[in-house]
Amino acid sequence: MLEIKDLYASAGTKEILKGISLKVNPGEIHAIMGPNGSGKSTLAQVLAGHPAFEVTRGQVLFEGQNLLDLQPEERAQAGIFLAFQYPVELPGITNAYFLRAAYNEMRKARGQEEVDPMDFLDLLEEKLKVVDWGPEIMQRPVNAGFSGGEKKRNEILQLAVLEPKLAILDETDSGLDIDALRTVAEGVNRLRHPDKAFIIITHYQRLLNYIVPDYVHVLSSGRVVMSGGKDLALELEAKGYEWVDAQAEALAR
Amino acid sequence: MSSSVESLVGKEYKYGFVTDIESDIAPRGLNEDTIRLISAKKVEPQWLLDWRLKAYRGWLKMSEPHWSNVKYDPIDYQSIRYYAAPKTTKPLGSLDEVDPKLRETYEKLGIPLSEQKLLAGVAVDAIFDSVSVGTTYKAKLAEQGIIFCSFGEAVREHPDLVQKYLGSVVPLSDNFFAALNSAVFSDGSFVYVPKGVKCPLELSTYFRINAAGTGQFERTLIIADEGASVSYLEGCTAPKRDENQLHAAVVELIALEGATIKYSTVQNWYAGDERGVGGVFNFVTKRGKCVGANSKISWTQVETGSAITWKYPSVILQGDNSVGEFYSVAVVNGKQQADTGTKMIHLGKNTRSTIVSKGISAGEGQNSYRGLVKIMPKADRARNYTQCDSMLVGNRCGAHTFPYIDVQNSTAALEHEASTSKIGEDQIFYLKQRGLNTENAISMIVNGFCKEVFKELPMEFAVEAQKLLTVTLEGSVG
Repeated sequence: MLEIKDLYASAGTKEILKGISLKVNPGEIHAIMGPNGSGKSTLAQVLAGHPAFEVTRGQVLFEGQNLLDLQPEERAQAGIFLAFQYPVELPGITNAYFLRAAYNEMRKARGQEEVDPMDFLDLLEEKLKVVDWGPEIMQRPVNAGFSGGEKKRNEILQLAVLEPKLAILDETDSGLDIDALRTVAEGVNRLRHPDKAFIIITHYQRLLNYIVPDYVHVLSSGRVVMSGGKDLALELEAKGYEWVDAQAEALAR
Repeated sequence: MSSSVESLVGKEYKYGFVTDIESDIAPRGLNEDTIRLISAKKVEPQWLLDWRLKAYRGWLKMSEPHWSNVKYDPIDYQSIRYYAAPKTTKPLGSLDEVDPKLRETYEKLGIPLSEQKLLAGVAVDAIFDSVSVGTTYKAKLAEQGIIFCSFGEAVREHPDLVQKYLGSVVPLSDNFFAALNSAVFSDGSFVYVPKGVKCPLELSTYFRINAAGTGQFERTLIIADEGASVSYLEGCTAPKRDENQLHAAVVELIALEGATIKYSTVQNWYAGDERGVGGVFNFVTKRGKCVGANSKISWTQVETGSAITWKYPSVILQGDNSVGEFYSVAVVNGKQQADTGTKMIHLGKNTRSTIVSKGISAGEGQNSYRGLVKIMPKADRARNYTQCDSMLVGNRCGAHTFPYIDVQNSTAALEHEASTSKIGEDQIFYLKQRGLNTENAISMIVNGFCKEVFKELPMEFAVEAQKLLTVTLEGSVG
């Protein structure tokens, strides 16, 4: 589904990603871990096409298509969803209106007709269950005045509505208390599907107790320094990121 | 940050065409003879000519105000033509007799003059250069005693009403531009809604400047008698010309006891090109007076056009328990400058006012909010709520706020909220990541920002205003 080959990217003159390679197949969940500044979030932003980053080398294929040639909205329409670490606030735009606009863009991209507003409300009612929310949330402006936990839940709601092929969760667990973390994780687990893949970016192992990954990759200084199964996350938790740095240094030598 | 926040400028101005029509034009320049000529063309009574001359003599002693936060080259008042009218051989018997070229112009603007094709529930008066070319649904309105006609016709048919109220809210010596308008105004709209009548239609006037080198000086007078109510909308466009065109209008609203007037404007005069050449100077005086108790006047404006906007729709809250409202969206792009806001003058007891101003600045545009809330000594328990929000698009534009508060009664309660935000790369990226293209993303963010104002507009016009805003901002973020 997704193939990243030797990817280099910079922000301004600062090189952040230094040769990342990764392959994700349908149905898989990949966790990406690493210390602060290792390039985890940059990888997410680059895959989504944030204009602040420039890809200087490498290739990214999504279902055989060269992803780096596409505009951010085209990537979204192709089925890539990014759950933001810091979701932005959109004052004056209700959640319902925003979600329907986004949903219709996805439909149009697939050559389908726009959804009838009443039918969309029915769909929403179903999707709200994923994050255990009542309908009143739909009339509130997108993320404006939301708590940190509500914003993250709202990302998962959008994920549920838009049904992407590949969802990238960028530190969705950061700043969540244990209850919110559980709600978010349960939401993601309900959305697991053999045709769909997830990349879960996290600093802590905690989230992976709830969303069990198939693979764990550890990033350090813009490179994947270790890959393994779900146990790698536990080992990392026990040994700390200093252990990773030592491994990275060994790798660089 | 580079690619995204800097490229929607310079969408072609859709209404920039010129109608090739023979005009009856006054020579350039202004003196007492010009005024006599205008008055004679319009076959006016002596009292009105005298009123004009008095205004002119007062104007000669005044100087152009320069306290606003706008810059422009001096205006040569002697180079302007003060009267231009499409030539007609005879007075019009009905709308069907309107010159086909004029009809075509209004069709292009999306304003059909034939009554059958009209949007349900909207009556239109169309002003082309200095004269009204036709008013629709007149007969239907007349059944309820509502008068909706051109100003010139009102002077002929309803002189008592005109004489009683003309200048009663904006005196002829009020300010430089109002005095100029009082001297040379050519036409405009007149509305009278009798006691207890709720006007069943939206009343609407479309203003069009066509002839070169002309100024437009229209005069609008709306009177809602006791218990009456009316909703009125004006729209404005002009051709693209390299020279600046002066638009100095005066609007007076009078609400008697228990009456309600809602006045909405969608202003889209030509704004000049991206270098700042040409465009309309929009120097307008708009004021309403809540004369009677329990009356209400509400201004809603969407200002997207003009090179310069200088405009402060105000309300004098004279009657006890009267209500004044001002909802405004002002957008500047390219080299546009806007200095706009309101004045709420509280005289009566328990008077209330609400001000919601949304300023959007893009390109090199400069947007200023200027507002006065004045509570006079007898205005016990007066209340005001002011909300003033600015949004910046890109980093070459400016937003300025000049709120003035003058309270002379200790029982008053005033609230003022203000905010400034920047349309961020991050907001746009977020929406793009959800599948929206840049244009739709900006449109959504801006319309969300302006929502509190748009919801005050009549439905069809709210949709038009949203579209207009998107077109105006196109290219400012890319």
